[in-house]
Amino acid sequence: MIVAIASGKGGTGKTTVAVNLARLLGGGVHLLDCDVEEPNDHLFLPGTNGAAEPVTLPVPEVDQQRCDACGACSDFCAYHAIVSFGIKPLVFPELCHGCGGCALVCPRQAIREVPRRIGEIRTVEAGGVTLVQGRIDVGVPSSPPLIRAVRARAPAQGMTLVDAPPGTSCPVVAAVRGADLVVLVTEPTPFGLHDLELAVALVRELGIPCGVVINRAGSGDDRVHAFCRREGLPILAQIPDDRRIAEACSRGRLVVEALPEYEPLFRQLSGRVTHFAPTQRC
Amino acid sequence: MPERRVQTAPAGGARRTGIRELVVISGKGGTGKTSVAAALAVLAERPVVADCDVDAADLHLLLSPRVEARHGFRAGHEAVIDGGRCLGCGECFRLCRYGAIERTAGPAGGAACVVDPLACEGCGVCVRFCPAGAIAFPERTCGEWMVSRARTGPMVHARLGVAAENSGKLVSLVRQEARRLAAAEGRTTVIVDGPPGIGCPVIASLTGAAQVLVVTEPTVAGEHDLARVLALAGHFDIPAAVCVNKWDINPQMTWRIEDAAAAAGARVVGRIRHDPGVTAAQLRQLTVVETGTACAEDVRALWRQLGFANPNEE
Repeated sequence: MIVAIASGKGGTGKTTVAVNLARLLGGGVHLLDCDVEEPNDHLFLPGTNGAAEPVTLPVPEVDQQRCDACGACSDFCAYHAIVSFGIKPLVFPELCHGCGGCALVCPRQAIREVPRRIGEIRTVEAGGVTLVQGRIDVGVPSSPPLIRAVRARAPAQGMTLVDAPPGTSCPVVAAVRGADLVVLVTEPTPFGLHDLELAVALVRELGIPCGVVINRAGSGDDRVHAFCRREGLPILAQIPDDRRIAEACSRGRLVVEALPEYEPLFRQLSGRVTHFAPTQRC
Repeated sequence: MPERRVQTAPAGGARRTGIRELVVISGKGGTGKTSVAAALAVLAERPVVADCDVDAADLHLLLSPRVEARHGFRAGHEAVIDGGRCLGCGECFRLCRYGAIERTAGPAGGAACVVDPLACEGCGVCVRFCPAGAIAFPERTCGEWMVSRARTGPMVHARLGVAAENSGKLVSLVRQEARRLAAAEGRTTVIVDGPPGIGCPVIASLTGAAQVLVVTEPTVAGEHDLARVLALAGHFDIPAAVCVNKWDINPQMTWRIEDAAAAAGARVVGRIRHDPGVTAAQLRQLTVVETGTACAEDVRALWRQLGFANPNEE
């Protein structure tokens, strides 16, 4: 079972929910940190670090001898990553999506694809939790290829949690696509509600069942609750607005360890997630 | 994707027109970036405001803009297979590197291919190599952008379609429009609310800006993410300033972050206290400097420290 933890708005507590759930589930659970621009799960789940494995994207390399500057590659490239104005083409690797089209359309077979590093994957064994972390290199604009590489590490069997990036655009789709359940973490504020509405629209578009965790419950108003009722979204847990939780998280502590009185709350969430009826649709 | 770097307006170009952009970003999400950006927009003299967090835009919830013009945002293309002409040969399935082609049973019982629009990256490989010429490649509508009047003056904002691509291009468009409005109305300050992370919409938000303000929080995650976002600002050679929001949640961590920020070459420009009044202001659709809650004085001090008030002094 793959459970993705996502949110439209950033900083609502996705990572808090993901790492505490992973700790409670234990027993071989995989946690995939797909927030590859700013991965944070490892800060809460220290463990034995595996070697970093580089992740690459195939980008074009032009054989200057064979190229006759016909411009076919440049005309084809949808991303302007290979450009030729009557001269031999220039490659802008940071714009390349690695589709391979330029090499296919080149009539002189003058383009070959070479791997370009975009980031790395690190596997951490953290007390019963296998944490797979993607980390995009600073300055690399496009994260979906790395996110897909992290997602490919989900084992065929057993429980996998995915910590998704914030937002509602292509990186979130790459992280969440194919999950069995999406847990949307939000907060009861106007920003939280607005971004939850967007996230629900995204999850519905993908056709995945979802439930909501309301973090910092009590800090704002009840419009998020009303929205969930109206839309038939199950509220899986409410985490109170407790400054001690914020302080524990600020130090990289797990809530279930630093504040054991909250363990039952996360245990209940874990039970609801594990036994989420697949017929419940968003 | 961001604009190609050679095409983006360099800081020098911006200075020639007298327009300076302050881009507020955070690395980690939810640190209070939008609340700070909105408050700075209220403090700034005749600003233009641009919301570049296009896939979870929230600034309008504080600045109550009245939309004056709405434009569709089209970017890129998407592959669409004509089921009537598809031979089911699977060539597209073999060539697609994004797993965007699904093979299904066709109407006549044979195989047929369909494109999953959420996975299609619009590269056009399948379109070019389909032996039956069965794949169309229409332009894709990815969202919309708006020019509005907010309490603070002109505001440009956008809404990326759900699950859409090309957020970087939309960000570039929003910034370009904000600069154009500033020039047309003789305004010199553009306040940009940027997206979280360090990916393409962030890069598109900050290339060529006069100054980046990173709003972070005193947590292990805030510390970790700040290092990456400062590296990104350094990569594009943008001067960075840092402020720690909710600093009193963990004072030791605040000191550590401020030291690390200074060591990375950033200016430390202020601290904002943890204040439930921020959410209270949000519920009233106001900024903290308008409700006068406790942290408002911290934000005012931050604005003075940024030195953005009078561009002629620089």
